[in-house]
Amino acid sequence: MESKGAQFEYIYDKPNSLVDVKTHYCPGCGHGIVHKLVAESLDELGVQDKTILVAPVGCSVLAYNYLDVDGCEAAHGRAPAVATGLKRVHPDNIVISYQGDGDLLAIGTAETIHAANRGENITVIFVNNAIYGMTGGQMAPTTMDKQVTKTTPYGRDTSDVGFPIRACEMLATLERPVFIERTSVHNVKSIMKAKKAIKKALQNQAEGRGYSFVEVLSMCPTNWGVDPQTGADWVKDTMVPYYPLGNFRDR
Amino acid sequence: MSEKILMKGNEVLGEAAIIAGCRYYFGYPITPQNEVPAYMSRRLPQVEGTFLQAESELAAINMVFGASAAGARVMTSSSSPGISLKQEGISYLSGAQLPAVVVNMMRGGPGLGNIAGAQGDYFQATRGGGNGDYRTVALGPATVQELADLTIKAFDIADKYRVVVMIMGDGFLGQMAEGVALPEPTNLKFEKPWALTGAKDRKQNIIASLRLNPEDALEKLNDELQATYKEITENETMSESYMTDDAEYLLVAYGTSSRICRSALRVLRNEGVKVGLFRPITLWPFPEKELLKAADGVKKVLTVEMSEGQMLEDVKLTCNGTKDIDFYGRTAGMLPDIDEIVRRVKSYGK
Repeated sequence: MESKGAQFEYIYDKPNSLVDVKTHYCPGCGHGIVHKLVAESLDELGVQDKTILVAPVGCSVLAYNYLDVDGCEAAHGRAPAVATGLKRVHPDNIVISYQGDGDLLAIGTAETIHAANRGENITVIFVNNAIYGMTGGQMAPTTMDKQVTKTTPYGRDTSDVGFPIRACEMLATLERPVFIERTSVHNVKSIMKAKKAIKKALQNQAEGRGYSFVEVLSMCPTNWGVDPQTGADWVKDTMVPYYPLGNFRDR
Repeated sequence: MSEKILMKGNEVLGEAAIIAGCRYYFGYPITPQNEVPAYMSRRLPQVEGTFLQAESELAAINMVFGASAAGARVMTSSSSPGISLKQEGISYLSGAQLPAVVVNMMRGGPGLGNIAGAQGDYFQATRGGGNGDYRTVALGPATVQELADLTIKAFDIADKYRVVVMIMGDGFLGQMAEGVALPEPTNLKFEKPWALTGAKDRKQNIIASLRLNPEDALEKLNDELQATYKEITENETMSESYMTDDAEYLLVAYGTSSRICRSALRVLRNEGVKVGLFRPITLWPFPEKELLKAADGVKKVLTVEMSEGQMLEDVKLTCNGTKDIDFYGRTAGMLPDIDEIVRRVKSYGK
């Protein structure tokens, strides 16, 4: 039987805001998912050509190789300060500060808090995978109690180095942030919620509403020493109970 | 040139930056340069600019990084310990080939030191300061007028070569009020096709110093930077030679120290001692050819600094063993003494 030239409709495609290149991220890493969620959101909001991405020091330092937008490097921890400078010059552009846990909560804690406290009209995407990935798996400020890392070979000892820091709860003590939400990318359902939060955080900025912060709990199977599925399960079973998912601020 | 008005160095610096078209200032308080942020916080809103007091020097220099990457003329200022903190950002700015003007109103060091004027950061400014193979242009104004004029120049050099330009004043110059004619803007235009503005109708722009791929190798960037520094050395070196034509002895000093040397020179000339003064205006690039010319035929060189002898090394490198070089320095806010300079130079003839 002859085909009648069936009409196909695209129901899924690579976002325009993503560059068509091979990934350098490890199998099971969450960064690729988060990049895609950001790219989809930029496409849907129609802001790709006015977006400036600040890439941190850490595994996502090359984020500008994947997101097809203007990209800016930042020294370790200084992404919110660099984003502040960019946004103050170009208030009508969309400025994203994409950061990991060491960047945002250890070396860059001051920049994180003060950019939020000023209510800079930027969007911060915080990928929390409880470890330093790029340097080979050292303790992060978000490393879990008793979690074994390269620098906590006997497990994180909270009586010695304190407890993991909860970024959303800390930032929710400040007056100026308009949106704070913790999400995760360990399964499809949570990925869809993360997408919604990221899009909202970018839309807030486009509407000039102010500082928006989205934390994304994510997997680092390589440095956790597990396979990708076990990694996703570990987020669900170990991280989510300590880092409750949900919205902390939506004004 | 406008009429002369009486202004403090730190305030003139701010006004000159605004004349140069700087509309963004990020800083953190530190003595003896606090008049700069105070002035900018008052003036910038009047010209639709942005003043922001950062949470630290680290944040301030990285806000500068962001604003510069966005294509704006931007400045920060600080004093010695604060400049040490900014070195990370200065290295990143240099690696990313971003223009910026960074002012150091130097104070006594090391460490917290004290809050009086000094010249102990010459090494830091002229040898790079942060990590990696880079240079910053370092300007050493001696008067409030020259501070104003060099501030205008600093922005043009920064934009032309995409480098960090440091203005190396000291606590005395910053706090001192002198008559000054506010400079005119040069109105030079510098295209910034690399600036981050959103990739509308063009490919994405990326501002970064990270070079991991062999085809975009770090060494290539370093070679490019060195070519720029060579060009700057050829085009932008500045110095002043004063009464050097017949000189038998040569004083070498910059900034505030050079003014003290001028006073000593007058005393010595009145007594018939043939002494000249060579004053580097660019500390980097160091005016080597000009110094050699000024030192030609002199019997002895006396380098005078408000440090333990930092520029002294450039004087020695330049003369390369051909001159007898003496040094006189005071530190920690103490000024070189005119009488001591006079006594030393007179002793050379004995």
